[in-house]
Amino acid sequence: MKIIKTQWPLISAAFTAAVALLVPDSSEYSAPGTSYFLLFTALMAITYELFLLFGKGQVRTKTAYRSAFWGTVILAMNIFNVITTKYVLLPPLYFPSPEKIFSVLISDSLFLGNCLLYTLRIQLLGWLFGCVFGILTGIALGFSSGFKYWVQPLVRILGPIPPTAWIPIVLVVFPSIIMASSFLIALAVWFPTTVLTANGIANIKNSYFEVGATLGASKACSILKIGIPAAMPFMFIGIFNGTCSSFITLVTAEMLGAKYGIGWYINWQKEMMSYANVYAGLIVMSLVCYLVITALFKIRDRILVWQAGVIKW
Amino acid sequence: MVGAIKIDNVTKTFINKQKETITALKDINLDIPANSFISLIGPSGCGKSTLLRQIAGLIAPTSGSIKLDGVTISSPGPERGFMFQEHNLFPWLTIYDNIAFGLRARGIFKEQKSRIDEYMELVGLRGFEKYYPHQLSGGMCQRASLARALVGHPSVLLLDEPLGALDAFTRMNIQDEILRIREEKNMTMIMVTHDVDEAIYLSDKIVVMTPRPGMITSVVDVELPRPRDRSDADFLKYHGEILKQLKFGGFKKEPEYSI
Ligand SMILES: Nc1ncnc2c1ncn2[C@@H]1O[C@H](COP(=O)(O)OP(=O)(O)OP(=O)(O)O)[C@@H](O)[C@H]1O
Ligand SMILES: [Mg+2]
Repeated sequence: MKIIKTQWPLISAAFTAAVALLVPDSSEYSAPGTSYFLLFTALMAITYELFLLFGKGQVRTKTAYRSAFWGTVILAMNIFNVITTKYVLLPPLYFPSPEKIFSVLISDSLFLGNCLLYTLRIQLLGWLFGCVFGILTGIALGFSSGFKYWVQPLVRILGPIPPTAWIPIVLVVFPSIIMASSFLIALAVWFPTTVLTANGIANIKNSYFEVGATLGASKACSILKIGIPAAMPFMFIGIFNGTCSSFITLVTAEMLGAKYGIGWYINWQKEMMSYANVYAGLIVMSLVCYLVITALFKIRDRILVWQAGVIKW
Repeated sequence: MVGAIKIDNVTKTFINKQKETITALKDINLDIPANSFISLIGPSGCGKSTLLRQIAGLIAPTSGSIKLDGVTISSPGPERGFMFQEHNLFPWLTIYDNIAFGLRARGIFKEQKSRIDEYMELVGLRGFEKYYPHQLSGGMCQRASLARALVGHPSVLLLDEPLGALDAFTRMNIQDEILRIREEKNMTMIMVTHDVDEAIYLSDKIVVMTPRPGMITSVVDVELPRPRDRSDADFLKYHGEILKQLKFGGFKKEPEYSI
C-alpha cells in the first residue's frame, strides 16, 4: 500500500501515457501528435522520482508527503487531455489541448524568455524602489511627528488609489516606458509597505524603548536597533501585500506600449486568438509569481527566525 | 563611593483621561546612601513605580529634584540600570546580543566584551548565548534581563517588581544571586516589591508608602546580620512590624473572604 502511495505520480503518469497513446483522438481534433504532452508528463514523474531517490532527509520526506498531490496533478492533466483531444468537449479555440500548450512553451521559449527578462527587470526595479521608499516613509511616519503631520494625509489620500489609475500622468512624466512601468510597480509596493511599517512602529511596546534608553541608547540607535527590527514582521506583511498587488499592476503596466513582457505577451496572444500561447504565458507567469513569493517567504524565515513561537503566520 | 541618591521634595502629578489631576507622589524626601539596598513597599497605586521611573529619568518630577551623587537627574542614563517586572528582552536578539545591547549602543562593546561572558556566568546562563528569549523559561529570561541591566556597571540598579511573576523557588534563587552580585560589584539597589519577606531578606532599609496621595509613612531599618534566615525569630518580628505599617497586622480583623 505504501509503495502505491509514494509511487502514485509514477502510476498516474503511466496511466496517462497509456490513455494518450491508446485511445484514438477525436475526428474533430485537428493537431495530431502526443510527443510534447508525453514529454511533460514524463518530466514531472521523473523529477518527482529523482527527488524521492536522491533527495536528502527533509527534501525526501517532503517529496513523499506530496506524492498524492503530484499524482493527482498528473491525473488532472490526463483528464484535461481526454476532454480536449479524445472527445473535444470544450470549444477548442479557447481550450487548446495540453499538447499544443506544451509545444508553444518549447517553440516559443526564446521569445517567452525575453519577455520574462523584460518583466523581471521592471518588476525588480519597481519592487526595490517601492520597498526602500515604503520602509523609509514608514519609519519617518513612525518616528517623526512633524513628518507625520504633513505626510500622513498625503499617504492616506494618494495611497489607496489603484496604481494603474496613474497611467495617464505617468506616461507624460516619465521619459521611458520602462521607467513608467517600474514606477507603477513601485507605487503598488510602496503604499502597503509604508502603512504597515508605520503601523508596526506604532505597535512596538514602549517599554522596549525605555529599556533602550536606560541602557544608554541614543535616539538614532533606538530607531535602528529597536524600531526597525521590532517592526520587521509588519514590514514583511506590507511587502507581501505590495508584491501581490504589484503582480496585478504588472500586467496593466506592460500595456503602456512596450513590445515585451509576460503580461504584454498574454494580452497580445489573446488578441491574436492563440489561446495555446495565452496558457503558455500564464504558466510562465504563475511560475514566476510562485518563485518570487517562495523566495520572499524564505528570506522572511531567515530574517525573522526569532519570531518562531512569538507570532504564527 | 558613587551611587548616592537624594530625593528632595518630589511631587508628581498626572492628568488623566478625564482631565483630572492625580497626585501620584507628594513631598517625597529620601536619602539613599551609596551601596545600600532599599525596598519600596506599599499598596498598589501608591506611586512606587512612578518614583523609580523618576530616578531612572524616564519621567520628570512635577516639582522637586532627584540627584545622583549631587547631579540632578534629567534623562535616562547607563549609570542607572533598570529592571522591569516583565523581562522585556528584545525578542529579535539572542540572549548574548540582548546582554551586549547596552555596550554596543554606547560603543564600548570591543573593550568590554569579556564582561558579557562574566555576567552570563554570574547569572547562570552560560551555554545559552545563542538562544532566543522565547526559547528560555521565565526565570532564565529574568536572569538575562538582570545581566543586561548589570553589564554596563551602573552605580544604581533600579528594580521594579522584577521577580513578581516568578515562582517561589526561582525567586529565592535570584534573590541570592542579586545579593551576591551586590557584594561583588558594590552598587546601590532600589527595589519595588509586594513581597514583605523579599524586602526584609534583601534590604538595609524598607520604605513603606501609602496611596492617594503617594507618601512615605515610615522607613524601617533592617538590622539583621547577613546572610539572613527567613525563619529566624527576628526576621519574623520585622515581618509583623512591616505588616503593621501596611495596616495588615497587629489587630484581629474579620477575614474579607470566605472559602
Ligand atoms: N502615565 C500616567 N498617567 C496618568 N496617571 C498615572 C500614570 N502613571 C501613573 N499614574 C497614576 O499614578 C499613581 C501611581 O502609579 P504607580 O504606577 O506609580 O503605582 P505603583 O505603586 O507602582 O502601583 P503598583 O504596585 O500597582 O505597580 C496611580 O494612581 C496611577 O493611576
Ligand atoms: Mg508599579
